[in-house]
Amino acid sequence: MPSTYTLIKGETLASSAASYTFTAIPSTYTDLVLRVSARTDAGTANDNLQVTFNSDSATNYSMTRLTGTGSAASSLNASSQNWARVGWTDGNTATASTFGSMEIYIPSYLASQNKPLSSFAVSEQNATAANMDAIAALWRNTAAITSINIISNNSGNIVSGSSFYLYGVKNA
Amino acid sequence: MAVTYESIATQTLGSAAASITFSSIAASWTDLRVVFVGTGSSDLYMRFNGDSGANYSGTGLYAWETFLPITSGRLTGARAIDQDYFGAGLSGTVPQFYFYDIFSYAGSTYKTTLGSISADRNGTGVASRSVWLWRNTAAITSVVLSTVGTFNTGTTATLYGIKNA
Repeated sequence: MPSTYTLIKGETLASSAASYTFTAIPSTYTDLVLRVSARTDAGTANDNLQVTFNSDSATNYSMTRLTGTGSAASSLNASSQNWARVGWTDGNTATASTFGSMEIYIPSYLASQNKPLSSFAVSEQNATAANMDAIAALWRNTAAITSINIISNNSGNIVSGSSFYLYGVKNA
Repeated sequence: MAVTYESIATQTLGSAAASITFSSIAASWTDLRVVFVGTGSSDLYMRFNGDSGANYSGTGLYAWETFLPITSGRLTGARAIDQDYFGAGLSGTVPQFYFYDIFSYAGSTYKTTLGSISADRNGTGVASRSVWLWRNTAAITSVVLSTVGTFNTGTTATLYGIKNA
């Protein structure tokens, strides 16, 4: 019986990297799920990760975002961005040995329509600098997604020990 | 080997329709997941076992339209799970992503559903997370997604089963 939920590719970094990219994503699934555990060396306690698809760096991305910090809740709407922000993660001055976690769900990644996606990201550090994000994002492109690039929003490197796992979900 | 995560059924509309139905759901799994991507003209509703009585309630956290403060809300005595009570309804042109996790659907207690809406429209949009309660102890055997008006052609809904053993 074909598997519904399949690991396409995954890696835990053995050394720091400026970015992480999935390429040659097969067209045999219905949805994609990207699970990330990451920390960067950006000079901040709270960094953000952002993604682009198919090397598209034009202003084809947008998001609506809910954020909680433990002391305040806020929302944000950003249009015509060059990337899709997918949530908070830990930066260089975060509590040692902490990594942010996120799950990004991309439904219907092959469909000939604009691509909505959902991200839930958390960054808990037993400190005042901690965040939780629920993000609705949109990539305005009707092409099938064949690659995903992930980088720091603050020009940091993604440090060793960060992991990226991409799963395919089949609906039949 | 037992399959943990399994597609039970999927529907992609070849023409506009007012509803999408998953029926005769076996009690073979532990939890259900519904993934909906589509466009339409109004709110997206979910009902179980054909129950349209005032047996649903929900609590939500959401951001809606352009840069509104984050808001929380509650809906009681509802006649369906209406995630768009914490949102803006379906767009006629921009695909929106709704996610429902229905826990212990075959058990003999009231049923809890976690929901999310990811509906950014480049300048406006909704991000929402909600929890819902269906006050019925029967096992869920059908799930109906419906709207006032129609879902547009190309709208897709998939029902997954998740086993805990």
